[in-house]
Amino acid sequence: MSTDTIDDTDRTPTGGFAAEPVSKVGDRVFSGLSRGAGIIILVTLAGVAMFLVWNAMPALTASSKEIGPGGDEGNGKGFLSYVGTLAFGTVWAALLALLIAVPFGVAIALYISHYAPKRLSRTLGYVIDLLAAIPSVVYGLWGIFVLAPTMADHVYPWFSDHLGFVPMFSGKVLASGRSMATVALVLAVMILPIITAISREVFLQTPRLNEEAALALGATRWEMIRIAVLPYGKSGVISGAMLGLGRALGETMAVALILAPANVYSLKLFTSQNPNTIAANIALQFPESTGLEVNTLIATGLVLFAITLFVNLMSRRAARGNIF
Amino acid sequence: MTNENIAEHTVEPMSAADANTEHRITVRGLNIFYGKFRAVADVDMDIEPQSVTALIGPSGCGKSTFLRSLNRMHEVIDNATVEGTVQINGVDLYGPKIDPVQVRRKIGMVFQRPNPFPTMSIAENVLAGKRLNQRRIKKDEADQVIEQALRDSNLWEEVKDRLDAPGGGLSGGQQQRLCIARAIAVEPEVLLMDEPCSALDPISTLAIEQLMLQLRRKYTIVIVTHNMQQAARVSERTAFFNIEGTGKPGRLIEMDTTEVMFANPTQQATQDYVTGRFG
Amino acid sequence: MSVSTVEIANAATTSPFDNRTLTASGRAMIVAASLVVGVALSAVLGGVAIVRVVAIAAVLHTAALYLASLRIEGRRRAIDRLMTSVVTGSFVLVLIPLVSVIWTSIDRGAARFDGAFFTETMRGVAGAGGGAKHAIIGTLIITGLAAVLSVPVGILVAVYLVEYGQRNRLSSMITTMVDVMTGIPSIVAGLFAYSLFVIFQGPGARSGIAGAVALSVLMTPVIVRATEEMLRLVSNDLREASFALGVPKWKTIVKVVLPTAVGGILTGITLAIARVIGETAPLLIASGLAQDTNLNPLSGRMTTLPVMSYYGYVAPGFPPEAGYDRGWAAALTLIIIVLVLFTAARVIAKVLQPKGFR
Repeated sequence: MSTDTIDDTDRTPTGGFAAEPVSKVGDRVFSGLSRGAGIIILVTLAGVAMFLVWNAMPALTASSKEIGPGGDEGNGKGFLSYVGTLAFGTVWAALLALLIAVPFGVAIALYISHYAPKRLSRTLGYVIDLLAAIPSVVYGLWGIFVLAPTMADHVYPWFSDHLGFVPMFSGKVLASGRSMATVALVLAVMILPIITAISREVFLQTPRLNEEAALALGATRWEMIRIAVLPYGKSGVISGAMLGLGRALGETMAVALILAPANVYSLKLFTSQNPNTIAANIALQFPESTGLEVNTLIATGLVLFAITLFVNLMSRRAARGNIF
Repeated sequence: MTNENIAEHTVEPMSAADANTEHRITVRGLNIFYGKFRAVADVDMDIEPQSVTALIGPSGCGKSTFLRSLNRMHEVIDNATVEGTVQINGVDLYGPKIDPVQVRRKIGMVFQRPNPFPTMSIAENVLAGKRLNQRRIKKDEADQVIEQALRDSNLWEEVKDRLDAPGGGLSGGQQQRLCIARAIAVEPEVLLMDEPCSALDPISTLAIEQLMLQLRRKYTIVIVTHNMQQAARVSERTAFFNIEGTGKPGRLIEMDTTEVMFANPTQQATQDYVTGRFG
Repeated sequence: MSVSTVEIANAATTSPFDNRTLTASGRAMIVAASLVVGVALSAVLGGVAIVRVVAIAAVLHTAALYLASLRIEGRRRAIDRLMTSVVTGSFVLVLIPLVSVIWTSIDRGAARFDGAFFTETMRGVAGAGGGAKHAIIGTLIITGLAAVLSVPVGILVAVYLVEYGQRNRLSSMITTMVDVMTGIPSIVAGLFAYSLFVIFQGPGARSGIAGAVALSVLMTPVIVRATEEMLRLVSNDLREASFALGVPKWKTIVKVVLPTAVGGILTGITLAIARVIGETAPLLIASGLAQDTNLNPLSGRMTTLPVMSYYGYVAPGFPPEAGYDRGWAAALTLIIIVLVLFTAARVIAKVLQPKGFR
């Protein structure tokens, strides 16, 4: 403040309004703090991107022989070939999980929002939220100890025997059940609560008027759902599915625990030849990695980041109703 | 006014000199904008101290916006700006040295919907203005402020046994009187009321109207109301705002004593409005 | 179905609504018939097992109910009944794995859910014995640090978005970035924390603080979202009431807005903690595995319960059963912690919900 303005203060009649001037310090400090916190978010995210790129650089610029299975010994085929099967496995496992989880997620959401008794519906909503918070390592343990042996003994052989002509179901069934099918099922169970929670929320938000209008036309409950609820909730279901897809892509421990990985491109569900996922590969390799191997793993993490970023972008668009 | 005797019974009259010269609100050439949109245009108005002034007019005519500009509350909304002057005690509220926060301590406001702070008790609500502005307040002084404000707002008898109960537990009319108590506890000179009864039932409305008649000896009251009977019952002077059409700014059409405004206004639009022909 | 339509249908000819509906006895017959055929079929297919009987009976019941309804009540009611069966059936079907997850954790976790598990560490333990004391302490330290890092930042960011940055460029940028952050895979957060701390601590370093930073990257956006939502629920009337009393903005926020929303904010924080406390991948990368208690988050490896659970399977030692049991006990402990946090969140939301709010 210049001296001029201070002099002014003395001369101008203020009629009591400036007699006890309100301190601006509190406002300045507090708005500065909250603004600073916002900037921390931007800096952090920039930091995430920068550190990943920085640490991935050596792997991206290294000669192709140094990267891949065999690593420093020099019989690798390069980063792109290394990350290729992993990226494929990541997307393949997540899509399979999504394919299983979405119909069930929508059905459960409908059950909770429109079929279950009102009292039960609140409790069920709570249980679903709780299931979303169960640590992934628990799902992983369950998958390897319970689901994999059960499916390998009772279900996969049946598919393989009777539907073996479908390429996906062909091949020799892995006796331990540590195959892509088990991974997809466990991932589906894991993302189901998220899809359900978001779908349920939008279904419950369907305007009562629309529902009652449909019922007043003599619609049955299912017709009312088809006419009023599903169209209204469509964008919510899509964004829930995208969110679930994002989770499935980044899911690490369940896959790391269950899958018996191989370095292949394969669509077969029950065999021992399963492409690994990026996240699981990092978790499995990282603790024993040094030097360029670490850089390579970080570079694959960067690829995973890019994939999930893309999916989240689509999910945001879906939530606003801009796609489909 | 039929209720005048009640008012004089409870409230000490202030000295005449104090009343007439100092606290008159003088509005000159006031234009209020939201961004580029001019919501209120060219208002000149003198608001008499220690009296009730009613602002009436159809919806969207800018009377609430005008009211909020009297204690700079409209600035809470993004990019609202003002041209012209609003003077009180000879000081322009929009002068460069004036802090809007300070203005609001001198010019209190009561809102359309009762809005006691839900996290605070009745007593804390009354004290909120003082507590939030001052660092500390002595216990006996606080008790005195609470009782005085609640007595002045005709709520004391109803709540004196449960001052620690949450303010949200009161009835709508009681909540509104609590909000009035909260507003007068900071000892403002002017009390702005934005449709204070529109969310209340008739009995609570009556209670608030009687309260206004008492308070006008102590405060300058400006009230926005949609209810013309209410304007006729409580105000000494009435200002009629109107709007030519959507997208056009609201203007002050006419202002006079309430009797004249309702009996024989000079403007046809005022006549039409007060007789219920439109709006 | 050989059941005659006359027996199971109500001919409501006297009613103004010319509708015939399935009676209760008709429905009971369909249920009974489905069960009987279910038992018979599963016997033919290889032994009467409860699971098989129920599965076959459920499918048969769905089909039979649809067909009966189609004949008696017409196509629209039949489709309605079919969809009810499908929706309810899906719900029950999905409950199976979810119940199985919980049940298995309790069943297998119980074996080592004993006193020693909570009082001993894994120091010098190769086979049976040992405990998770070090992992529990590690979990508390790392999660606590993560909360300390992300709660103030998260709340302040939400305050900025709701109270200060009314749709300006910085706030829309922050909103987008918070969205992006929400989608960061947890293992990527781990890689980031590792890369960051390699600068200070040299290659290969693992520490508790690195894990906490990774978790706070995951936690902050959740807290921002929850707080933002709660602050937007606080009625503008309250802010105006406070401003009209001549209260400065920052005091309005601190003394009026935040206290009104405090229940929801605390609930959001609790749920955010519940989300990250079970994170395994980033800690595997950033904090590593230790066999003994490490109280210093600034240096040295630090184990948490999920990481211990993971290694219980991956490196169980010999005989492996002891390692598996420890892994399951750690998993069960985690589930219980999450359950407690969830219940706490509910109680907080209920108790701190101010009366007359909304």
